[in-house]
Amino acid sequence: MNLELTDEQSFLRDAARDALSRVKTIALAREALEDPSVLPDLWPTACEAGWPGLLVREESGGAGLSAFDAMLVMTEAGRVLAGVQLLGHLPASELLDDGGWDRIEAVAEGELRACFVAARPPGDLDTRWTVEPPSGSVRLDAPVLAADGTLNGSVAWVPDAPRADVYVVVAVGAGDGAPVAVAVEAGADGVLVESATRYDATRSLGHVTFDGALAGVLPAAGAEAIERAWYLAQALIAAESLGAVETALTVSVAYAKERFTFGRAIGSYQAVKHSLTEVLRLRENTYALLLYAGWAYEDGPREFALAASAARTAGGHALDYASRAMISVHGGIGATWEHDAPLFFRRAQLSRRLLGGIGDSADRVAGELMGAA
Amino acid sequence: MDLNDTPEQAQYRAKVRAWLEEHKHEAPPEQGQDEATHVAARRAWQGTLAAAGLAGVTWPAELGGQGLGPVEHVIVSQEIGLTGVPGILDVIGVGMLGPTIIAHGSDEQKNRFLGPMLHGDEIWCQLFSEPAAGSDLAAVQARAVAQDDGGWLLSGQKVWTTNAHFAAYGLLLARTDADVPKHKGLTMFVVPMDAEGVTIRGLRQISGEAEFNEVFFDDVRLEADAVVGGVANGWGTALTTLMFERLTIGLGSDGLGYKAERYAAAIATDEHARRDPEVRRRLGELCTELLAVKFTGYRMLSALQQGQIPGPEAGLAKITTVRAAIEAGDLIADVLGPDALDADSEWAYMISFLPGLKSAGGTEEILRNTIGERVLGLPPEPRLDKGIAFSELRAKERAAAVTS
Repeated sequence: MNLELTDEQSFLRDAARDALSRVKTIALAREALEDPSVLPDLWPTACEAGWPGLLVREESGGAGLSAFDAMLVMTEAGRVLAGVQLLGHLPASELLDDGGWDRIEAVAEGELRACFVAARPPGDLDTRWTVEPPSGSVRLDAPVLAADGTLNGSVAWVPDAPRADVYVVVAVGAGDGAPVAVAVEAGADGVLVESATRYDATRSLGHVTFDGALAGVLPAAGAEAIERAWYLAQALIAAESLGAVETALTVSVAYAKERFTFGRAIGSYQAVKHSLTEVLRLRENTYALLLYAGWAYEDGPREFALAASAARTAGGHALDYASRAMISVHGGIGATWEHDAPLFFRRAQLSRRLLGGIGDSADRVAGELMGAA
Repeated sequence: MDLNDTPEQAQYRAKVRAWLEEHKHEAPPEQGQDEATHVAARRAWQGTLAAAGLAGVTWPAELGGQGLGPVEHVIVSQEIGLTGVPGILDVIGVGMLGPTIIAHGSDEQKNRFLGPMLHGDEIWCQLFSEPAAGSDLAAVQARAVAQDDGGWLLSGQKVWTTNAHFAAYGLLLARTDADVPKHKGLTMFVVPMDAEGVTIRGLRQISGEAEFNEVFFDDVRLEADAVVGGVANGWGTALTTLMFERLTIGLGSDGLGYKAERYAAAIATDEHARRDPEVRRRLGELCTELLAVKFTGYRMLSALQQGQIPGPEAGLAKITTVRAAIEAGDLIADVLGPDALDADSEWAYMISFLPGLKSAGGTEEILRNTIGERVLGLPPEPRLDKGIAFSELRAKERAAAVTS
């Protein structure tokens, strides 16, 4: 048994940390709340580091790395609230590779930005493939692929949709309702993308509508690959949350050591100490579950849905708790515009509600376990 | 990332499995009706396991062990679990007290005590906690007074003592000098449980069962050679035991049976509950925590294989396990109704056991203090017990309790 990072993984992580440190991402996350145009496009950084092709096979021009490697990069992005657009790109790149898409090399190199327009796979209760609704709690049916190869339907709150060049859409066939992955060019007739950024300026989101758009079927990407892409996105957003949790913890611990009240450092009070220990506990749980997801993706595919859903649930709760603790430990200043804590709170608030949300992932954990019982 | 055995480990596992398959018919049931018969059978089974090299796996070979690593220990535990036979009876002795004697005991003590301990011929108990010294273990008040002939006279009370009522020996932490600060005046002793002046009383818990004991010592006479690890070195000796306690719990937490799959299966039997969104959310969240504990265990094992010893952060997994299992008991009882609390129910014992488990091995609150200070590096709680003699500290505590 060996769950330590390999030398290559440590290098990948350190290189990511270094590359992202060259931009003041956290300060810009604040400025962008008032002026979104200040936010730099980090895609060139991602391309230089080789991240767009992380999950693409070497024979298709990628690096052929594992899902856990991608999680390491996502953790570094989350650590500094960097919007690197990999949440949309990575699951899409994998489906395009599986599907034998002819321009996969351009995707691996980052010349083309791909975007995963996700649909949630059926569970033990809901047998449909469903997508995020623009509002409310009722999930909508996935877009429908007609016999003539045109796509109809809409999906709300799609991560990284606004700047994408190609959409990888999970649709269902008009005849049989079977899932199918299709590629749709941005800018094609019948494709409408409405930017939908909310609350966290670093998170690029869009509502995507297909109205008779011409879609290229990726026949080699079967139901299993389509399902796996959803859970990969769950694991990636969990990894991104882990990074934000780690920053929140580090910053809060440092402050608890240097801020004094009643003659004592506030970190010596049990109430503060226990709250920070709780952040650590949730952090450790999330990391352990990311290891589970990384292992399952490679060696235990039947457990990947369970592992990724558990990681998502743990990561979402961890960031929720950590960002609130960060505010509380800093006292009143933690709730002001000057401090970074609100930026992490904004990240937590939005993230937990994307891609099905953490209520859904908890439900999926229960469903997977009861289904196996 | 690799969860698989190395070829050598796989070979060892196969050997262990083959032995267990061949001998499982000799194993007694996990629980028996009559305790005396059950304990005798479990002791004999421990002897059988020890003879086969399946007890004391990490003990040095020259002291009767196998001289193997923690991974082999875990392999044996896993295979015993999979075969469905009980493990050794004296987990506390072989897992914690034996290793303490190995580390700190004299050659005479090692020769006299380790063999019978390993084979289940003599069961051991841990006499550390007291009514007023649990999480603050160094506050023990049991007193051993040196006699002119080199022996000791022991008085005081211990509590939470598992297996005391059928133990042959106990490892006891006593105060031998009250005029120095509290950590400095302690000494560790071997105490024969059948000595004159030892009284053992069962301590019933919420469930109604008495799994622990209170043990009273009334002028119990100990020989000079009962000291383990030197006079006034008791705290250092105790820390060794506590380190092995962490290891035993960390490597054996799966054995508690607090498993996501088991709880999910229980809920799944209720057709309405398994579709209820609120039930599913609660189940999903508590199972998420238990799955995390499972992989935290693998992380610990992986670290051990790289030669790292688990630090206090290992305690977080215990906190998570207890929290999640409490949630599970609540959820299952909410779904099944009062029948879940019936003495015959599969769940009543667990529900009754967990509130106490929260404080076992140190309360959750103190554990969080320790982790906050030692792992996160947060400043310590202000302490009033540093640098003053234990007798003076006690006098101050009594005065404060009276005036407040």
